[in-house]
Amino acid sequence: MKFKFGIKEVVAIGIGTALFVALTEIQIPTPIPNTYLQPRMAVMAFLAAVFGPVVGGVVGILGHALGDAMFYGSVWWSWVFPDGLVGLVIGLFAAKYAVKEGGFTSTKAIVLFNVVQVAVNAAAWMLLAPALDILIYAEPMEKLLSQGAAAFLGNILIIGILGTLLCAGYSKIGAKSSSLTKED
Amino acid sequence: MAKILSYEEKDTWIHRLSGVTKLIFFLLWCLTSMLTYDTRVLVVMLIFSLVVFKISKTRWSQVGAVFKLVMVFLAFNVFAIYLFSPDQGTAIYGTRTVLFHIAGRYDVTLEQLFYELNVVIKYFTIIPAVFMFLVTTNPSEFAASMNKVGISYNVGYAISIALRYIPDVQSEFTKIKHAQEARGIEMSGKASFINRIKNTAAIIFPLIFSSMDRIDVVSNAMELRGYGKHKKRTWYMEKKLLRNDYLTIGFTMLFTAAALLITFADGSRFYNPFV
Repeated sequence: MKFKFGIKEVVAIGIGTALFVALTEIQIPTPIPNTYLQPRMAVMAFLAAVFGPVVGGVVGILGHALGDAMFYGSVWWSWVFPDGLVGLVIGLFAAKYAVKEGGFTSTKAIVLFNVVQVAVNAAAWMLLAPALDILIYAEPMEKLLSQGAAAFLGNILIIGILGTLLCAGYSKIGAKSSSLTKED
Repeated sequence: MAKILSYEEKDTWIHRLSGVTKLIFFLLWCLTSMLTYDTRVLVVMLIFSLVVFKISKTRWSQVGAVFKLVMVFLAFNVFAIYLFSPDQGTAIYGTRTVLFHIAGRYDVTLEQLFYELNVVIKYFTIIPAVFMFLVTTNPSEFAASMNKVGISYNVGYAISIALRYIPDVQSEFTKIKHAQEARGIEMSGKASFINRIKNTAAIIFPLIFSSMDRIDVVSNAMELRGYGKHKKRTWYMEKKLLRNDYLTIGFTMLFTAAALLITFADGSRFYNPFV
């Protein structure tokens, strides 16, 4: 676990949030009605996996709030915080994935990443989001639960596919460690 | 590129307020509007936000495109509430006044209409506040004044970098998208579901890599200039909190307290005209 907060983290939060906001405009419709895949979630998962929990959590909260405000003119607070939770928890295991060091190519890291993301998405969208919705907006339970389930499904799909691909791709190409191998 | 809300320079007293004042107003306003379902409070808030919106001299062309989008969401949400639970109003207000019958369990009740009206007003109290905050707050001044009221300058800097780079990242995104489309990558509904994910990846990959480079470049530049060496920094866009700022903050706090007091006076967050 790394909680250090240096220049890199400040900039990563800034540019990561900008990236998250800019990607708000791509939404991929799924065969399930009214459910969209949000590629921005995959990008947030990637940033969390690379830069750790603080960056992941803040990009989730700030990016969601800003993105919603700028594109939709209103902020749905009860969905902002679950987003932050997803980023935070995925980021907690950043050291284990070792994306930057080129470790994300191993099956172990990929499995861990996906187990973590499915678990935290379940907690965020099936528990936290409906709970906050009822607390804050007092909307009907059935609507919230089906919205939550749709968000859960959409997010595990997009993070599972696109998020994994992004981490693996970056781990392979952008990794810091050199591609030179030591000769005997 | 989708039209988004952004800061525009003007000279009104709202523009002259410090960014922090506007943030406090915005957050407390959202909080009040979220918590209350009291129609009387909501109507007062609605009128007030329309007045302030008028004073801020925001033109329709700045916010029109986004406003239309919000209306679509609003309509959809109101419809979804009815679809999933046509008797939410009865559950809340305790009575059931049927106006007419549609089909199956779907009756149109007065209580349901009233409940959904409240949902709509809630939206309308938030929208002007969001619009105003975004179009009247100068990002650089915002970061500076956040630091002035004691928030770590790292936080202010992260936010100001985010606001500063949104247009850059957006235009880069558009560029990459056009380049990929020119090479035959289909992004519209014509492509199949799996292909669309793949094609999105073809845009996001270059965007991520260039953004990671950008993070390196910007953080190196900041490091070279000694960012983070001292506990304090000075700001070019610094603005002190003035009389109007204190008045606004004071008024917002009083208003929030009063609104919540009125809302919860009878032990429920709903205003019930039916009993």
